Amino acid sequence: MLKISGTGERIFMAGIYLILLFVLVITFYPFWNIFVLSLNSASDTVRGGITFWPREFSLESYKQILQDREIINGLKVTFLRTIVGAPLTVLVISLLAYSLSKKELLGRRWIGLFFVFTMYFGGGLIPYYMILKSVHLIDTFSVYIIPNLMNVFFMIIVRTFMQDLPAEVEESAKLDGANDLQIYWRIVMPVSLPVLVTIGLFAAINQWNSWFDSYVFTYDPDLKTLQAVLVKILNQFQTKEFTNDSTAQLANSVKRIAVSSDTIRMAATMVATLPIIMVYPFLQRYFVKGMTLGAVKS
Amino acid sequence: MEASLGQEKRMNAQLNRKKGTSAWKKIKQQKWLFLMILPGFLCTLLISYGPMFGMYMAFINYSPGGGSFFYQFFHSPFIGFTWFEYFFNSGDFYPIMRNTLAQSLLSLLIGFPAPIILALALNEVRQGLFKRVAQTVSYLPHFVSWVIAANIIITMLSSQGPLNQLLMALHFIDKPILFFQNGHMFWWIIGFSNTWKDMGFNAIIYLAAITSINSELYEAARVDGANRWKQMLNVTLPALVPTITILLILSLGNILNAGFDQQYLLQNTTILQYSDVIDTYTYRYGLQNGMLSYGAAVGLFKSAVAFVLVVSVNAWSRRVNQQSLY
Repeated sequence: MLKISGTGERIFMAGIYLILLFVLVITFYPFWNIFVLSLNSASDTVRGGITFWPREFSLESYKQILQDREIINGLKVTFLRTIVGAPLTVLVISLLAYSLSKKELLGRRWIGLFFVFTMYFGGGLIPYYMILKSVHLIDTFSVYIIPNLMNVFFMIIVRTFMQDLPAEVEESAKLDGANDLQIYWRIVMPVSLPVLVTIGLFAAINQWNSWFDSYVFTYDPDLKTLQAVLVKILNQFQTKEFTNDSTAQLANSVKRIAVSSDTIRMAATMVATLPIIMVYPFLQRYFVKGMTLGAVKS
Repeated sequence: MEASLGQEKRMNAQLNRKKGTSAWKKIKQQKWLFLMILPGFLCTLLISYGPMFGMYMAFINYSPGGGSFFYQFFHSPFIGFTWFEYFFNSGDFYPIMRNTLAQSLLSLLIGFPAPIILALALNEVRQGLFKRVAQTVSYLPHFVSWVIAANIIITMLSSQGPLNQLLMALHFIDKPILFFQNGHMFWWIIGFSNTWKDMGFNAIIYLAAITSINSELYEAARVDGANRWKQMLNVTLPALVPTITILLILSLGNILNAGFDQQYLLQNTTILQYSDVIDTYTYRYGLQNGMLSYGAAVGLFKSAVAFVLVVSVNAWSRRVNQQSLY
């Protein structure tokens, strides 16, 4: 690295650190603030002014969450869709990617175009909803799984990885009489594990984060995911925040509900964020490579 | 699934009897490869191509009552471009397009340079804990859902939230700004929220481009007496120009995709006139108000324009950079 010398360089470096510090603060502080608010007692939070540290420490909101049937159920559904959905997505995508990585595949170009075209053109929300409805996916758990099995972008990343694998091992296995499925399962998949884990984690994060499908495509309260429950809580908060004046005369009881849902909102946000915070730093190693691959996809 | 599998095999067989035995032999050889394509193929057919077929809804007056979906689908009256005319002539067309383009362009204006600046800054810092932490934290917002992001943004900007407190403590304002009750502010909120969420993640691609710069270039610049600022300006930045160009062109192709999640989750009825974009409009009319055919028409309008944009933009980028999307 360069040696820092002279006032000019010093000012330059100060500017650099200032920029990075600013980015660090605006990306970290909001999460910290939510965390602190979730640890402050509900009645005290209403007074406002909680910034860096809880004023009246309390675990009450987390206790409430653990008793909230809606949130607990939401957490269960979210967890389930993540552990069921992500591995299935990896399976479907890697099978497809392996096949498309074979240069000798008949009609490879056209099959590839069939998938890539969907990245650039879609039917839109309403026809999509009608299709889901016509195949009876609305208001079922499958609506979380089946529409998310394919992802062309992930497929291209995996295919690019598999194309670069040395062909010798596969060829010798072929001479031994193994078919393509066996070669994929015994040779290619184990070698591709790093890239498969990466897209698996991405798929898991997508599953964990997705809210619209649960919010719009399901009605059964038992099928609502944590994110969908959070949207509901957020809507309640907005109604409270933005109709302050007109509802000032509203009874205290209503306000008390709003207040308690407010601390729940912070705690629920934390619960939904925590798994992400724990997982995403491990992705770093892989996604730089994945993204560069994706950027120069053939 | 098994039924259609058998069907496809039969179709393949018929096809190849005509084509001759060599292709048939090849298919037989590759039967496992085709079998492995099948799950992804069927998913894409249903989830992506099904709705394309369903776009026909935009040209009929679909009414959900009566029979099954397909019965209604084929028996509703065909009305051509009536829904499109209705959209263009309605008072909604102008504000919706204005909001969509304004929010997109503002997001681009703030969100496009931000990751470049961040990448340049990260590149100047010595490898170490601070750099690692700064970088890792910077893309945390990218990985959380818009639901969480919206919760956070609304809390930060609420009347008693940290931003209002900070501005009041610094005596910039006397009383809290009601960010979400002022329509004009919403475009900026979207612009900054998008930037906040994706700046760190988008910086990765620039950082990757920076690592491929030949270090001899820096040495040569140093011999010529360039300080670090000059090196950044004359060596690092020019090396990023191809990446910057292609990403800028691509984002212009995406200009109609102003988003859905952020608008839907951050908006409220008092500022709808400024917050509503094509996608939220489609959702509200199509699904919430039950005007399915109208929603489908608005959605089709967007898909068609977006497709033309992306294809022309890709042709453009190919000419500029000899690089393309596909």
